[in-house]
Amino acid sequence: MPSARFPTGCGHRSPPLGTGEGMAALYATGIVLLLAALGALAAGSVATTALVTLVLPYLAWLTLIAGLCYRVWLWARAPVPFRIPTTSGQQRSLPWLRRAQFDNPDSGAAAAVRVALEVLLFRSLLHNSRARLAGGWLSFVPNLGLWLGGLAMHWALLIIVLRHLRFALEPTPGWVASLSALDGILQIGAPPLLITDVLVLLALLYLLLRRFWIPMMRYLSLFTDYFALLLLLGIALSGVALRHVARVDIVAVKQLVLGIVRFDPQLPAAPSPLLLVHLLLVCTLAVYLPFSKLMHFGAALLSPTRNLANNSRRVRHVNPWNAPVPTHDYAEWEHEFADKLKAAGLPLDKVDPDKVDDAGPKAAN
Amino acid sequence: MPDPKLQIELKAPAGAMLDSKVEFRKGTYSNPAQPKSLKTLGLPNARKWQPTDLDWQLPPDWQRIILDGMRERLKKYRSFQLFMDACVRCGACADKCHFYLGSGDPKNMPVARSELVRSVYRRYFTLPGKLFGTLAGGRELTEDVLKEWFYYFYQCTECRRCSVYCPFGIDTAEITMLVRELLNLVGVNTHWILEPAANSFKVGNHLGIQPHAFKDSLEFASDELKDLTGLNIEIPISRKGAEVLFVMPSADFFATPHYYTLLGYMMLFHEIGLDFTVSPYASEGGNFGLFNSHDTMKGLNAKIYAEARRLGVKWILGGECGHMWRVLHQYMDTMNGPADFLAAPVSPITGTRFENAASTKMVHICEFTADLLYHGKIELDPSRNDRYAVTYHDSCNPTRAMGLIEEPRYILNRVCNRFHEMPAQTIREHTFCCGSGAGLGNEENLEMRLRGGFPRANAVRHVREQHDVNLLACICAIDKATLPTLMDYWVPGVQVAGVHELLGNALVMKGAKPRVTNLRGEPLASGAPHA
Repeated sequence: MPSARFPTGCGHRSPPLGTGEGMAALYATGIVLLLAALGALAAGSVATTALVTLVLPYLAWLTLIAGLCYRVWLWARAPVPFRIPTTSGQQRSLPWLRRAQFDNPDSGAAAAVRVALEVLLFRSLLHNSRARLAGGWLSFVPNLGLWLGGLAMHWALLIIVLRHLRFALEPTPGWVASLSALDGILQIGAPPLLITDVLVLLALLYLLLRRFWIPMMRYLSLFTDYFALLLLLGIALSGVALRHVARVDIVAVKQLVLGIVRFDPQLPAAPSPLLLVHLLLVCTLAVYLPFSKLMHFGAALLSPTRNLANNSRRVRHVNPWNAPVPTHDYAEWEHEFADKLKAAGLPLDKVDPDKVDDAGPKAAN
Repeated sequence: MPDPKLQIELKAPAGAMLDSKVEFRKGTYSNPAQPKSLKTLGLPNARKWQPTDLDWQLPPDWQRIILDGMRERLKKYRSFQLFMDACVRCGACADKCHFYLGSGDPKNMPVARSELVRSVYRRYFTLPGKLFGTLAGGRELTEDVLKEWFYYFYQCTECRRCSVYCPFGIDTAEITMLVRELLNLVGVNTHWILEPAANSFKVGNHLGIQPHAFKDSLEFASDELKDLTGLNIEIPISRKGAEVLFVMPSADFFATPHYYTLLGYMMLFHEIGLDFTVSPYASEGGNFGLFNSHDTMKGLNAKIYAEARRLGVKWILGGECGHMWRVLHQYMDTMNGPADFLAAPVSPITGTRFENAASTKMVHICEFTADLLYHGKIELDPSRNDRYAVTYHDSCNPTRAMGLIEEPRYILNRVCNRFHEMPAQTIREHTFCCGSGAGLGNEENLEMRLRGGFPRANAVRHVREQHDVNLLACICAIDKATLPTLMDYWVPGVQVAGVHELLGNALVMKGAKPRVTNLRGEPLASGAPHA
């Protein structure tokens, strides 16, 4: 045994200079800043304002919808040949054994609940732990940061998107107004600080910082991981600033959005540069989404390890492309081992025992 | 055994995840397959080679072969397409892999392992990857990348632990299976997987034990049972018209400590008068095809239904084995069914109808035995296991690809008096692999096995210190083959046994002579003969 210590792992060598882990984050920051700057500069001329407020939204929507369709088609065209749920609890076998209904679903409905719990509550992350190695002992401590950060970010984003419907619908539906009112229930400042704004900023910041701080996260993070978070952060920051810092004329914004939604786009009279930053970043997100890891929500719904019932012994699962493969059938096998079978007094089924002698069919091995 | 003792460290990883240089160091990889095995199984590019060779003698158009293979599998497996697209690198899986925890090698984090192939997927199959390459996380498919695939996808035991923690259920086992298929297309595979697979195909079991030797081995077990119990315990071979075909991993009749489990099954079958038979043609429940390709798996598995049909049995009972049960539970019916020539399994002793196996017609021995115990059909003397303080290792696949969790515990709690669970984070769906599954349990890979098995050993050490545990029970043939080595290294003084070995010890048999030893020939704890 040459050496028992592996400071950086067993088979892993240091990389050449220049491909370091920091570069991806740097590029991502640069691109988001560049986009923001472009948005701000666009407010300077009518032509560029029109581009960002009137043309870009349509292009972005088109890309988003076409991209989504393409990706969903990509997933839908591939069949699920085998029933491969990951079971995280007791199966349904003997009726008197207590089974884990949702962690080991035995019907489609139970599997749907399993998926719903995952999508709505991020249940797997709730079971997350951190491995610690100290004094030769491995131990595990609960690790809920990712669960909390992820859940806060996603739920806050959802509510924020729903709140934004007030710009796109006229009259504003009652539930959207109530949602906004509820979000501002703390009544801090004027206009009131929205809970989801705070949550999304904190959560995004946390999710970003853990990629910098935790060495293994830094190691496994790619450009897209930083870019997605920074882009969302840029959108959230510009949005919050539009509400609280460089306050924008809400009526004008609504007119702009309504115009776009009704295919009757109106050029805003005096566009706020910040508004264009916000809009440009949102359009970037819409374009980026279908071609990036942000499509992960689809996998949460479609993953065959989660959305299938674990009942493959009770109900036959059919593979649409089940193809024949080479087999070694019994007759061939018996022929090859006939002499051994006969000598051992084991029954012969296909070969006449009287026709097998010591020099008879030879075992191939 | 590695000496000095391996130091396990988890340090901040250096370098970049998508850098692709790998060093093949003795003790951490498996030997390549022999040309003979490839020929038996009809696999391409049979040749002699070594992972340490500079030139792996790949086919000239190996890149095209691999990429075509990927394209085909992306269309055939939604799992593959989704798992290539979905990962957000949240890091939840990172410290869940026993190989990462034992080696500290950052590429053994499940996320990094799948990035090895995901990066190639992005480069050749996605628009951003084609346009932006590295910036979009893409990577050229070079020989170095292929070598890395070989190294790290043969450092995954397909245990599915990462999949439990992943918010999308991304299953590295599935990715590993498919990447091994891809490697197979260019003749990159390992000896310890393909030789047993070829033997199973040709002869009927992993070691290539021929029918007469199979019979000898079972007769030897009968003789031993005669000495132990004074009873004539017959093991019927290829008996047409038996009610049940019993299929076990071949290690049960040819390796220790598996052999004691075989004795346990046979004592049980004799005691309840089960009408069964075993077969030399289908003398392997284990399926090394699972570690090679879906096609090989299917071809090997086909023997079980074929033999059940030929012998005219009603249903099939399966022994203690891990990956074997993944195949039987999640693949057999789909691949080689429908088994409409068999009847839905009914226990002839209790009358219980095994609804959960109504289509596949194959029941796990622990389900069968737990049902017998529940109905009080057998008498037990758990004090015969009093020399043991027992803990239970949930074998990965029966747990995470089936959910067979409580049945073995139900049995264990009735056949021994001292049973202690390991810490909750290391059992049931959180169970840690033995570190040697999925075809990695070979001698040349010993250091990696000891590293991969460290988290499991660590938990055993905990109950050894807390409760003087000296026996690790399990229901997997690979566990039984490799955990003894692991225990000797990390937790000396702990033996390994199958659940049905302990059942055999405790089983009170009608007309048997008083028991003075357990199945291993060790004196029973109290010293006095037991009824």
